[in-house]
Amino acid sequence: MPHPRLKASQYLILLLVALSAPLGDSCLSRGMSAMPTISPAHPMALLAAVFTPWIAGGIGLLILFFACYLTALSWADLTYVLPTTAFGYVLIALLGRFWLQEHISAMRWAGILLITLGVGFVARGPSLTQNPGDSGELAGEERA
Amino acid sequence: MIASVRLPVGVGFWPAAAMIVSVSITSTIGEVLTAAAMKSIGDLDLIRARSGVRGAIRAVLSCPLFFAGVSFLSLAFFALLFALNHLDLSFAAPASASLTLVTNAVAAKLFLHENVDRRRWLAAALVCVGVYLIAH
Repeated sequence: MPHPRLKASQYLILLLVALSAPLGDSCLSRGMSAMPTISPAHPMALLAAVFTPWIAGGIGLLILFFACYLTALSWADLTYVLPTTAFGYVLIALLGRFWLQEHISAMRWAGILLITLGVGFVARGPSLTQNPGDSGELAGEERA
Repeated sequence: MIASVRLPVGVGFWPAAAMIVSVSITSTIGEVLTAAAMKSIGDLDLIRARSGVRGAIRAVLSCPLFFAGVSFLSLAFFALLFALNHLDLSFAAPASASLTLVTNAVAAKLFLHENVDRRRWLAAALVCVGVYLIAH
């Protein structure tokens, strides 16, 4: 069955999905590791953490991620979009290598290779499962 | 595999595993519900072209399935925040992400009836191992 190719704007959305999630997570980590240890007995301490700068910045990036992620899910399968989020780790590692001159171990290079291979496999296949009589695009047309 | 990871002093294997599994289960439920919601809404780009960004936001916010998904995703978010407070990001994020990739592929096939062919299984496995390796 022929499958629709993604447009350039849709690849841009997928790139934003890949980049904003790991950047957001890094901000959260930086914020949380600066906090004193939070015990399960005091869950409200987690809510207070939300208003510290690094956590707030991380949440901002994750909101951008979520908007792009929802858009991607509206025209592509979950099992197509998800490997993209993992590709973000590759982009972050490469940024660290060539921009911040960080050292990348053989293990990390192996991980980068595996993720890139996996994402490549999925990207070459159809982006959306087309069931006969249940076309996502048709449903969109009717609703609008 | 997980046992070979250097855990911060004071966190045992089982508590660490429990934190990672909680993040994965809640995020899988959340992502499957959210994906189902977005599929039921239809192509957001088309909706935005017709009724603008507000129309697209309204379409998303008027879908009950979306809120069910978001509830589980926010549970997953707080489970991850909790885990990050006890474990390193370089362990917690990739470990939960790689486990979630596999549980999501299974859940997408079972509940969303996505065509998870050999290509996608292979990709899920490769990315799962890759995410784990990249953490080192």
